[in-house]
Amino acid sequence: MSSPHRHNVIRIYKELLWLGREYPLGYKYFRDRLHKAFSARAGLTDPAEIEKGVRLAEYVKKEIEALYYLKKYRALKKRYE
Amino acid sequence: MSLRILLPIKRVLDYAIKPRIASSRIDTTGLKHSLNPFDELSIEASLRLRESNPSLVSEIIAFTAGPAKSVDSLRTAMAMGADRSIHLELPADKELEPLQVAKIIKQLVEKEKINLVLAGKQSIDDDAGQTGQMLAGLLGWGQATQAAEIRVLEDGKALEVVKEVDGGTETVKGAVPMVVTTDLRLNEPRYASLPNIMKAKKKKLEKVKLEDFGIDVEPRVKILKVEEPKKREGGGKVEDVDGLIGKLKELGAL
Repeated sequence: MSSPHRHNVIRIYKELLWLGREYPLGYKYFRDRLHKAFSARAGLTDPAEIEKGVRLAEYVKKEIEALYYLKKYRALKKRYE
Repeated sequence: MSLRILLPIKRVLDYAIKPRIASSRIDTTGLKHSLNPFDELSIEASLRLRESNPSLVSEIIAFTAGPAKSVDSLRTAMAMGADRSIHLELPADKELEPLQVAKIIKQLVEKEKINLVLAGKQSIDDDAGQTGQMLAGLLGWGQATQAAEIRVLEDGKALEVVKEVDGGTETVKGAVPMVVTTDLRLNEPRYASLPNIMKAKKKKLEKVKLEDFGIDVEPRVKILKVEEPKKREGGGKVEDVDGLIGKLKELGAL
């Protein structure tokens, strides 16, 4: 992995791992899949491809945050309305 | 006028966990706790007020009264964007009642020269929904409960709040200082991200003691019993109309 991207990739990996703690199907399920997704792209050398991967990871992060929010919102709406 | 906002928050049993009842009380030992969801909304509301106009809000302070682990909730609040926090540490088995909490918050409001209290409308564990209202009463301030929308008027001298009421909304306007309690539809709270949680560890967290406030914390309400809701009984099938009539007669419906 080229060094300018190294930090960025590790950062987003850590952030996703952090998010995974609350994943509905369990942390292990999430971590295994996350690890697989990252290791499948470990051989990338083209900076453009790596950036694309990081952008995808950022997108997944936003999706998971939205999933957690909706899950909580729906549970509370059901209970309090 | 610049706003000094106080966010009273509470650490509660996580919303996704089904409470267990053991010897007539809810057993919370070893279960996951998190920040009360309605408090996340009030934190987000304070941050949006600041983001809409940075000079409007001078300070955002989070406060909680709870066991040592409540610090986690304050850290979450600071990771989301609160400037600093105050922790009143209680022994693990001690719970304060809404009136007592309101009295404590009143003293903090006076000490920190707060002019806007943004609180969750209720905590999802006790579901009392009283603290904000009692606080407004004790302070003699105006209040807007169950906020679904908050608008700043007259450069922060007044607020217009859309409130959730039965089957619709009610719009009220009040002069600052005031107490606003937040309802579910107010906003979408941001997620406390990992880097922000790390940064929040550097923010100031002040500890205060119950004795500093000199209030009576003897419980006024005694919990007699806690029960689970009745289990739903399964239905039965009938063969024909006669069977149905027979069943209805048996149940006393005919």
